Amino acid sequence: MTERIKKIIDTESILPGKSQSGMLHNIEVFTDRYKFILGVILAAALVVLPFVMGDQYLLTVTVKIGAYAILAMGLNILTGYTGLVSLGHAGFVAIGAYTASLLSVNAGADFFTSTLAGMVVAGLVGVLLGLPTLKVTGTYLSIITLGFGEIIKMIAMNWSSVTNGTLGVKNIPKPEIFGIEMTVGNYGMYYLMLALVVLTAVFCLMVVRSKTGRAFQAIRADEMASTMMGINITGYKILAFVISACICALGGSLYATVIGYIDPNTFNFDVSTLILSIVILGGMGTIRGMFVGAAILIAFPEVSRFLMEYRFVLYGVILVIMMRFRPQGILGWKSTLPYKLNSKVRAEIEKIEAEEKEGD
Amino acid sequence: MLIQQVFNGLALGMGYALIAVGYSLVFGILRLVNFSHGSIYAFGAEMAMVFIGFQFGIVPGIIAAMVLTGILGVCIDKVALEPLRKKKSMPIASLITTIGISNIVTQLLIVSLGSEKRNFPALFNFGSIQIGNIAVSSTQIMMCVVSLALMMVLVFIVYKTKIGLAMRASEQNAKAANMMGINVNFVISFTFFLAGVSATIAGVLVGSYYQIVYPNMGYMAGLKAFAAAVLGGIGSLPGALLGGLIVGVSESMAATFLGSTYRDSIAFIILIIVLIVRPHGLFGRKGITKV
Amino acid sequence: MKLKKRKVIDVSKELLLEVNNITKRFGGIVAVDNVSIKVNKGEVVSIIGPNGAGKTTVFNMLTGVYEVDAGTIVFKGEEIQNKKPKHIVEAGISRTFQNIRLFSDLRVIENVLIGAHIKTDYNFFQSVFRTKKFRQQEDEKLVEVIKLLKSIGLDHRRDDYASNLPYGDQRKLEITRAIATGAELILLDEPAAGMNPQESAELMAFIRHLKNEGYTILMIEHDMSVVMNISDKIYVIDHGKPIAEGLPAEIANNPKVIEAYLGGVHNDAGDK
Repeated sequence: MTERIKKIIDTESILPGKSQSGMLHNIEVFTDRYKFILGVILAAALVVLPFVMGDQYLLTVTVKIGAYAILAMGLNILTGYTGLVSLGHAGFVAIGAYTASLLSVNAGADFFTSTLAGMVVAGLVGVLLGLPTLKVTGTYLSIITLGFGEIIKMIAMNWSSVTNGTLGVKNIPKPEIFGIEMTVGNYGMYYLMLALVVLTAVFCLMVVRSKTGRAFQAIRADEMASTMMGINITGYKILAFVISACICALGGSLYATVIGYIDPNTFNFDVSTLILSIVILGGMGTIRGMFVGAAILIAFPEVSRFLMEYRFVLYGVILVIMMRFRPQGILGWKSTLPYKLNSKVRAEIEKIEAEEKEGD
Repeated sequence: MLIQQVFNGLALGMGYALIAVGYSLVFGILRLVNFSHGSIYAFGAEMAMVFIGFQFGIVPGIIAAMVLTGILGVCIDKVALEPLRKKKSMPIASLITTIGISNIVTQLLIVSLGSEKRNFPALFNFGSIQIGNIAVSSTQIMMCVVSLALMMVLVFIVYKTKIGLAMRASEQNAKAANMMGINVNFVISFTFFLAGVSATIAGVLVGSYYQIVYPNMGYMAGLKAFAAAVLGGIGSLPGALLGGLIVGVSESMAATFLGSTYRDSIAFIILIIVLIVRPHGLFGRKGITKV
Repeated sequence: MKLKKRKVIDVSKELLLEVNNITKRFGGIVAVDNVSIKVNKGEVVSIIGPNGAGKTTVFNMLTGVYEVDAGTIVFKGEEIQNKKPKHIVEAGISRTFQNIRLFSDLRVIENVLIGAHIKTDYNFFQSVFRTKKFRQQEDEKLVEVIKLLKSIGLDHRRDDYASNLPYGDQRKLEITRAIATGAELILLDEPAAGMNPQESAELMAFIRHLKNEGYTILMIEHDMSVVMNISDKIYVIDHGKPIAEGLPAEIANNPKVIEAYLGGVHNDAGDK
């Protein structure tokens, strides 16, 4: 243990700016050291949460927060890591929600099959929306995504024979596992949400901590320099669109089954900006931030009912103040801990260092 | 029928063009999509309604609304956007800020005036002119006349006056303009003021055309006008006019020949096609990649 | 630091890069006109010329940013003109930029790992499921990158964010990142720009070190003390046209070159 602390102090001395972010550093060291215990506590808390909460309404809000956390994680891959701002992600949510709901309502497919189908469709459309990145960049790309969101809404509205038009899809069945219907009442919906959130988070983590994630971040930081590193810019941008679309479709399908009813206006421009606001408020390019962002922005209208109409004014005020004083988001900070090397790599490096010493 | 719809669309398109100008002017200088502009437009229309209700004359009422809305635009920039520029924040921070502002303005309108649709006086209803089987109402003619006049005033301001020169200089290179003694912050404020004024005029024209106003009227109209601005080449005044007309005509065509549920999306379909073919819009300029 | 002389410079002078009469036009302006360059393996070759002479445009054509209007670029016996940047990097050419372009919000080690992108060999699904191949490749690349950082003397900065490095180290990191692509030919675009004399001296030593390690370097530079000291060969271009080439001593005494640098100033002043 003392060895480890010494090492931390060592690395601290080479990290600049430690004094100004001293507290953050201490917190990071603390969470890193006790991450196993903290993880167990968090997991236990999440598992017993519905029993403590009990209340149907609170639980529904919690599941909604989970669904939005998934949506935010999806957009985060595109906007947070790759730096492409989408203003039309409600479109992907709609594709996922509609495909899954229609399959389960009309064809009797179960939740998991229909969700998967929704993700595949969204992924294919993601390729399509990613293609303009060949020619269009920056704000103009955001504008195309905005148009995309509106067009998906239009299709949902007008393709009545399939989508039921403005009437929407009603009585979306709840998911079933081994014949047991998962509802908010029997906590099944909560645990399903929890499982999907964890799955999505792990998936995002795996993507981000690989050469794919590094390529995404390189593109965000400097496209020209990335090109010169041999990164296939268009390919990775399209990949980011596809991953993002699939995750959002998953979130959309979950959302539809929780609410039980969708119509074209469930997925309007406000939903796109809400997802984007969650990503930014939580902290772009972090996964932890998505949970906090979703919790705040989804719970806010619920807990502030006493403010009546003024709560929506306040929602705008929160966004403005956040951007002014903490644009990187609530949990958006750069880690002050050293870059993590696994034991194998560390052993290898020590070997090289030892050889070097001998050579001298 | 077809020609009739073209005329209806042109009148409507003039309204979009006036809103589009606001997006265009602000984008030109700040490279920022001002998502609060739709709510500014609604604010302008609502204020005109309120002031006209005070019975001190229609024209003074509209002018008061124009000034007030212009000031609102300036305030938005001073309170929320200028601090971000000073901090050199990421562009997305400004974008989210404008979304937040849009929320604040719209919701405050709802809180203070109610969210329902209210009757707006038909200001220019002097009957209609019949040419063959095409009916053109006086409101439509007024819309075209007022919009074109305002466009000309804007073109005059931007291309023939000192402040217009300063605007164009700031658009090209804000830093250099600043060093040449141009008060860039004043230019930006002035731009927001102009955007607010033209949005109010658009609000009055469209309000009196449909004879209703409501706090959320800027939502769809804003998005479509924005599409119009980009379509024409954002930052270009003739582009905004052309874009507005294209959006207006295509919308009225789509509503007639495809069904009313298509009217809101046709603008975006055209927009996407244009952007893929010409990534900087019809009148936009293209830059060479500098390394 | 220990310098390993891995490769002795070949006396037979193996040709690595051959640029034949490349031309680039922007509208009516000929930015680069019939420029030819030869770079042998293990050499340090410099391109000099007044501002706006078209030097960076040459680099942009070499790296696939711009298309070549005429002429050929042959690298290791293969024509590479008008290929995509990705293929050119894979062929073994990498570059730095006039204004440093690092991934500034990423760490030093991540910057270099991104440099190793094309050499990191696993696919998307292997990374999602953390297969053996993925782990093996990641570990291998990490060790390689850290070794590279050690050999360059940046390892103590490994965990820092690129934007926090001092200027000289940022230049070094940019070069390291280019090396990490596995390139044999490194293009340096004004590496000494903005450096004080001491920093340029350090940079010179660094470039010599790279040369000793067996890398071939083609560089654009204005700092004559750097150019004259470390170049094996110098090309001079002015207004997009080649005006001289040769050894540093020859270039220093070439009347055409002196005129381009000094006479050009007179002409410009005369125009105004």
